[in-house]
Amino acid sequence: MRAMVYRGPYKIRVEEKDVPAIEHPNDAVVRVALAAICGSDLHLYHGMMPDTRIGHTFGHEFIGVVEQVGSSVQSLQVGDRVMVPFNIFCGSCWFCSRGLYSNCHNVNPNATAVGGIYGYSHTTGGYDGGQAEYVRVPFADVGPVKIPDWMHDEDAVLLTDAAATGYFGAQLGEITEGDTVVVLGAGPVGLIAAQSAWLMGAGRVIVIDHLRERLEKARTMAHAETLDYDEYDDIVVEMKKQTDFLGADVVIEAVGAEADGNFLQHVAGTKLKLQGGSPVALNWAIDGVRKGGTVSVVGAYGPIPNAVKFGDALNKGLTLRMNQTPVKRQWPRMFEHVRNGHLTPREMVTHRFPLEDIAEAYHVFSAKLDGCIKPLILPRAD
Amino acid sequence: MTESDVPSAYVRDKRTPPPSREELRARIPGWGADLDPADRPSYPKLQYPADTGAHWDFPERQPGAEGRERSIEHAFVTPAFGTAQPLHGLSGAIRRLAYQRFSEGRLAHWMLLIVGDRVDAWESHLRSFVSGRPDVPATGLRGELTHSGPGSREGRSDKRHQVLDPVVVAGPWLAAAGATALGARAVVRALRR
Ligand SMILES: NC(=O)c1ccc[n+]([C@@H]2O[C@H](COP(=O)([O-])OP(=O)(O)OC[C@H]3O[C@@H](n4cnc5c(N)ncnc54)[C@H](O)[C@@H]3O)[C@@H](O)[C@H]2O)c1
Ligand SMILES: [Zn+2]
Ligand SMILES: [Zn+2]
Repeated sequence: MRAMVYRGPYKIRVEEKDVPAIEHPNDAVVRVALAAICGSDLHLYHGMMPDTRIGHTFGHEFIGVVEQVGSSVQSLQVGDRVMVPFNIFCGSCWFCSRGLYSNCHNVNPNATAVGGIYGYSHTTGGYDGGQAEYVRVPFADVGPVKIPDWMHDEDAVLLTDAAATGYFGAQLGEITEGDTVVVLGAGPVGLIAAQSAWLMGAGRVIVIDHLRERLEKARTMAHAETLDYDEYDDIVVEMKKQTDFLGADVVIEAVGAEADGNFLQHVAGTKLKLQGGSPVALNWAIDGVRKGGTVSVVGAYGPIPNAVKFGDALNKGLTLRMNQTPVKRQWPRMFEHVRNGHLTPREMVTHRFPLEDIAEAYHVFSAKLDGCIKPLILPRAD
Repeated sequence: MTESDVPSAYVRDKRTPPPSREELRARIPGWGADLDPADRPSYPKLQYPADTGAHWDFPERQPGAEGRERSIEHAFVTPAFGTAQPLHGLSGAIRRLAYQRFSEGRLAHWMLLIVGDRVDAWESHLRSFVSGRPDVPATGLRGELTHSGPGSREGRSDKRHQVLDPVVVAGPWLAAAGATALGARAVVRALRR
């Protein structure tokens, strides 16, 4: 089969690989119909995630058709069209039993601090991902869901991560009616977080980024006010001015380790890898939220320590909430919101690349060229 | 500043109340649909799902766990695990050391894994040079032409450090090429002597 393969930082290519096999009785093998590149993939692509091995196939957002099932699989049949949450999870450990699917303890031998994720280095379990023609799906009775007839494929693929994460991020903000919510980052995750903040009763939603086309999308798709941080000497002061010197009631950090906006931090974190990413946006969130407020962090960071302003968080009495998204838990409610048009994931899709051009897709998405917001990957059609 | 100009933060209530429900509902599709926390799927944080689809108390164990690396914070290799890119070569030895010797709580664990990553990359680059498909310092650069690279960056602040990308990406390659050239010269000189 054809598969995206990592060749080192900033280097990927498409290679011929063996079609994955059933390795556990509850495995399925899925033929990928549509995949996407996530902001999280950029951390791998830039060589920031420890134990990212040469030859690894990335990709944790995908939908497809069941090609083969293991001997103990009961709920899926060959030919079913499924959407697969980016989390690999067992459904039965201490954590899964309490709904913490992203923190499953039975799927990632390489680390206890993070669960299993498709195509996301050996630090999350060493599973090849879905930017390929086929992918192994462990615990097929637990993760995948048949795609509802009414659902658009491009919504389905975004619901496997980016959209679910935006919705989850808004929930972590513990929004109450009338709150002023600031969303840092107008990528796919931030845009859906902004849409979701309204569903939870926000009185004002302000999205901050510096990419004009994304801010435009935040205004049209998420009805948000926007601030371009390039236009301000100090965006934290602007956040205070915008909120009558209170600070925002809730800040949702949807940027993560690639954060920009502070030259030194960015270079130290993401270029020289002197810390586990650049916590610029996280620090803006801590400084920009009001005392007693909540910071929701869905932007991803690696396991290497970061220079986070923890003292400010303590002194301000903040609530910090965060996690990798337990995707499947979001779905039943989210499906209603998508069906009703309250959440519109596929509005963010700007580019569609054939799998053979995936190196170009990574470069375009990483460098944010050509107004790219969300690129999809189409495996060879047959 | 008269007293009525004093900003919200210094008095009891927000000076500008949020727009009314009616106003928000009219403007925003679905406003307030999840106003009640009980409608939010991740509230409360811990919930016991009725049925996760698991029909086991503890999953069957995937064969092949013997010798597979694992975090020493785990009691055993988990019942399911990835089998992609097993450890091999020098990078494999470095990574194995990281797993066997240091918990996830130790910086050394992660730093060794990062070293393993760089060694793995160079082992692979060297192998690629004698294969039909040599690695290059960065891929996908055609996108600069097909997706209007320079135009896209016009007026953006990240232009400043994007100019560093070529240095960060190509730097190690130039250094490696330089070192190889110096090494080769030293060998040639030694042989001549
Ligand atoms: N928690 C999870 O389960 C989960 C799931 C998916 C993605 N993520 C993470 O969410 C983050 C966003 O994902 P995405 O797909 O939207 O990525 P993206 O790269 O498309 O978007 C990130 C955006 O942040 C902007 N940005 C950079 N620095 C900023 C700053 N200092 N302030 C404000 N904006 C800034 C960028 O210009 C960009 O538009 C990533 O870190 C990703 O890893 C987490
Ligand atoms: Zn992701
Ligand atoms: Zn579990």
